[in-house]
Amino acid sequence: MIRLNRLSFAYGGRTPLFADFSLVVGKGEAWTVIGPSGCGKSTLLFLIAGLTAASGGEVSINGERVVRARPSTGLVLQDHGLLPWATVRDNTRLGLTIRRFYGPDGKHSPAGQGADPARGEKLVQYWLDWLGIAHLQEMYPAQLSRGQRQRAALARTLVLEPDLLLMDEPFSALDAPIREDLQKVMNAFHRESGLTSLTVTHDIEEAMVLGEKILVLASGCNRQPLVVTNHLFAGGVRREDDDYVRLCGRLRELLSSTDGSRG
Amino acid sequence: MKKRPTMLSTLAGGVMFFLLWQLGALCIDRPILPSPLQVVPMFLQGMAGELGLHFLASAARVLSAVAIAVVFAAPLGLALGQMPRLDRLVGPLIAILYPIPKIIFLPVIYVLLGISDLSKVTLIAIIIFFQILVVVRDEASSLKPELILSVKSLGAGRRALFRYVYLPASLPAVLTALRVSVGTAVAVLFIAEQSLTNYGLGYYIVVETYQVLLYPEMYTGIMGMGLLGVLLYFAINAIELRVSRHLFVG
Repeated sequence: MIRLNRLSFAYGGRTPLFADFSLVVGKGEAWTVIGPSGCGKSTLLFLIAGLTAASGGEVSINGERVVRARPSTGLVLQDHGLLPWATVRDNTRLGLTIRRFYGPDGKHSPAGQGADPARGEKLVQYWLDWLGIAHLQEMYPAQLSRGQRQRAALARTLVLEPDLLLMDEPFSALDAPIREDLQKVMNAFHRESGLTSLTVTHDIEEAMVLGEKILVLASGCNRQPLVVTNHLFAGGVRREDDDYVRLCGRLRELLSSTDGSRG
Repeated sequence: MKKRPTMLSTLAGGVMFFLLWQLGALCIDRPILPSPLQVVPMFLQGMAGELGLHFLASAARVLSAVAIAVVFAAPLGLALGQMPRLDRLVGPLIAILYPIPKIIFLPVIYVLLGISDLSKVTLIAIIIFFQILVVVRDEASSLKPELILSVKSLGAGRRALFRYVYLPASLPAVLTALRVSVGTAVAVLFIAEQSLTNYGLGYYIVVETYQVLLYPEMYTGIMGMGLLGVLLYFAINAIELRVSRHLFVG
């Protein structure tokens, strides 16, 4: 699904974050990316999203090289990014509105997928219901709690029926109980949809809950991907499990050792 | 959250205004403050004739100045707000120019643009221009990069960003700026109209009535100018209520 081929990237004049970095993410897999702050985990996500250009190598999705934001990649950021002047429903509809604005040109919206307003409205309603925010649809983002805003941001992305979901610290700003709720929602979503997803987080527990494969990035230059397989993912992660505690410990160790390699 | 004026509160304000005026007229009891009972009927009569023309001339000047200012200031404010580097470059200049009372350039503008409506309109437009520029710039710079990025990730290119983000974000800012500056605009109009024209409420108040001691007629002019200010303010408020609904909820 996603293939990073000898990817290199550096912010102007600084030590590169990635050099000759290659990675393959299979279709239907749920990945999380974890690492100390400044290690390039968000950058990696933006490179895959096509919002940042690599300085060397390439990103390809389904065999096609990513050169700009791909219409069927969904992206959810830590800051929900909802328009403050639009209601929840209008916000959820925004992607469809933009697609209708351009027409199916293949660049801003998937080619050959004509706009069917009735179907679009059904999808909007479906995801608002599914995420439990249908009763809030006439409200403005400022009237919602953080968790509800993040649900609206998810609805807005899922309405576009993405084939790849990228999330950058989606639940980091939320209180623990609401965060766990949303993690459960995302788990259920993954089981239902089998959508390929990649979630950036700095939280070890979140990495365990949301990822069957966990990519550990180091501060400094990343050359070889360090991937931990989370065998607990399939059976549903239980936080009191011995295996869970052991794997958490291992991740913590990996993180502190990579943090030490800062040069 | 802003407070919206209601029909009732507006009415109450109007009643109190005329009561105070009447009270003042009774207390002072001199020709310089005639009673509203005398002025209001004259005003209504005047608006159907000569005074109405002066009113329209003034209104046309303010409205065209508003239009010109919006056309120039809104895009520039958006650009400055979204391009921090450009803003750092011209920001200091704007910070100096913004507080200077632009009316002191009245003679310069008269000489440069000639004795015409254009010079009066330009002067007012310059005043409103800076107000809009600063408010729209601040609004545009408060649009978080994350918001732009996530709208981009929904497929928006430059045109869709403009239509669905920049335009709706700057419209409330333009209205806020107008609401604040429209009073100044009418004040400057009053001064600009006192000379070198034969139409406009400023001219009517100072040249046609005040200088020939026609005090009640002068008050019809004052009422006209006051009404112009109030109408503009309420019109902007009404548009704001429609456009910026999200600011009035909760």
